[in-house]
Amino acid sequence: MTSLTAKPGAVWARVRVGNLTWAILALLLILGFNFFFTPGFFTIQVRDGHLFGSLIDILTFGASLMILAIGMTLVIGTGGVDLSVGPVAAISGAVAASLIGGASDASQTPLWLAVSAALLVAGLCGAWNGVLVAWAGIQPIIATLILMVAGRGIAQLITKGQILTIYYEPYHFIGGGFLVIPFSIFIVAAVYTVVALLTRRTALGLLIEAIGNNASASRYSGIDQRLVKLLVYTISGLCAGVAGIIISSNVRSADGNNAGLWFELDAILAVAIGGTALSGGRFSLVGSLIGALIIQSLVTTIYSFGVAPEVTLVVKAVVVCIVSLLQSARFRALFRGASQPQGG
Amino acid sequence: MLAQFGNPRAWAARFRFDRRYLPVSVTIGLFVLFYTLAALRYTGIGTVQVFSNLLIDNAFLFISAIGMTFVILSGGIDLSVAAVIAFTSILSAALLEQAMLSPVIVIPLVLLIGALFGAAMGALIHYFAIPPFIATLAGMFLARGACFLISIYAIPIENAFYRAVAQYQIRLPIGGFISINVVIALLMLVVAIYILHYTRFGRTVYAIGGNEQSALLMGLPVARTKVLIYALNGFCSALAGVVYSFYMLSGYGLYANGFELDIIAAVVIGGTLLSGGFGYVIGTFFGVLIQGLIQVVITFDGTLNSWWTRIVVGVLTLFFIGMQRFLIGKGHS
Repeated sequence: MTSLTAKPGAVWARVRVGNLTWAILALLLILGFNFFFTPGFFTIQVRDGHLFGSLIDILTFGASLMILAIGMTLVIGTGGVDLSVGPVAAISGAVAASLIGGASDASQTPLWLAVSAALLVAGLCGAWNGVLVAWAGIQPIIATLILMVAGRGIAQLITKGQILTIYYEPYHFIGGGFLVIPFSIFIVAAVYTVVALLTRRTALGLLIEAIGNNASASRYSGIDQRLVKLLVYTISGLCAGVAGIIISSNVRSADGNNAGLWFELDAILAVAIGGTALSGGRFSLVGSLIGALIIQSLVTTIYSFGVAPEVTLVVKAVVVCIVSLLQSARFRALFRGASQPQGG
Repeated sequence: MLAQFGNPRAWAARFRFDRRYLPVSVTIGLFVLFYTLAALRYTGIGTVQVFSNLLIDNAFLFISAIGMTFVILSGGIDLSVAAVIAFTSILSAALLEQAMLSPVIVIPLVLLIGALFGAAMGALIHYFAIPPFIATLAGMFLARGACFLISIYAIPIENAFYRAVAQYQIRLPIGGFISINVVIALLMLVVAIYILHYTRFGRTVYAIGGNEQSALLMGLPVARTKVLIYALNGFCSALAGVVYSFYMLSGYGLYANGFELDIIAAVVIGGTLLSGGFGYVIGTFFGVLIQGLIQVVITFDGTLNSWWTRIVVGVLTLFFIGMQRFLIGKGHS
């Protein structure tokens, strides 16, 4: 749905016909609400050459969710789901933290090696899911449930049950550093660019949508589903790995138990809000990014009102209900009598 | 489904072992094997009281997993169970301690709320064709969030009735004791077996899980049954919440965090097919027992750490899913 080199007009045309309209409206609604009711929400200050403000906070804290949502979009595009992203993020953070160690001036392992090892492990976790789904033929919810159950145990095994604290500054830069804007935003942009190129400049995107639309039809037309699914789950694992590194770097610690708790649900929610059908077949990467921003804006809004952060869950529940009802054909059919039936 | 299990072997042919019972038999066999090995390895595990404690500590899990079995048998899933347990605990605590209501009012009220909550999710799932995963995810967020609307802190329960129930010990003739929670859990097990195997509702649950379209074409009340299944599970979660309140004597919004996974895993380890239509409540019972036993062993050993529980449970889940794949593969050929 999105093309990197499309003209602005073409992008807008796609936005209008696609499900993105709702997502953008929702985001504007939340931002508009804040414009009137939250003083200083749109103020952006420059301190030490960094930008500060609520909007920047949304980008910083939303970065990991945006990356997860990108991976999840592809998985949901094939008609699957990946429940293990939260635990995989915890594993990835644990690997990086245990390789770097607790010293403040030096890292036990070179930074690039620690990050690569964390990503490798996360990618392997994703590939494991892919093998279970594609080769063993296990339903995605169930296949990824295994790693969801065992993953936190594995993460704790790596951290030896401790919360590992990282004092090494260069690592903190990944999730907490600034190059005028938060460094993590560059990571989001890089992940998005790679995945968008991969799906829209090669046939991969087409294959994913074909499998998600009709698995048997795509098999009869000669698509090797197994490789596509393996690739998609591996990408999702890698995205979870990147997100895990960003989280652990941002909070300077790796917590096997609580890092990325309920992330899988937030990621699925972001994808759903972004207009990707949960039954698979059509996906929108930009939509998922907007979905993640909507969730993070909601959370930030609620924080800035001084409400207990746990209450965000109630708001999320309402959002899930509204989004899934809007996606439900039967719900929309209730209103067909009143308005002209419209596709999509 | 009736299979001549291993033709060359006479004993198998004579017993005509029904392959439907294989996953359940494996679960029970594994539990007996694990328990025997544990009892031989660690002195003390083999005593009656350790076994009773296994029941006492896991009573709320039994009840919730029984409800989950119905949901999974019908081909659905419910992620909201642990959140409903926490919500019930904190709502009961608030009503008992802050509103000073009698347990006679509080317990039926929270059970009713649980059942209605489940029914609402069931209605969303059936009438609007929202995937169970998503609808109950919303339910989970709502129930957890509602906990913190009541109180973000734990509320201790001082109520005399709750304290009496919590402390009451039922002596067993063979030594050791069990709590009232265990009696509630065992009663629930008997009721669930009756509902599942001796009522029309139970048969419809299996039919929907086997093939919802066929069940509909056969004229079975699919809509009513599906809503009822989620209502029943909501009731079970609320009952588990009441039992958990007896056990902890307090209510807290973070109770049972992540337990929905343990409950689902217990059902799978109990031999119920996650795609629905196949499985037994008794298997779930032993699924919970196996999980409890792993924790007991880790406690007894002292050198192992609690995170091994999750890994072992994950491996067992994988094993049972693999076995089910194998059995389904055989069934179709």
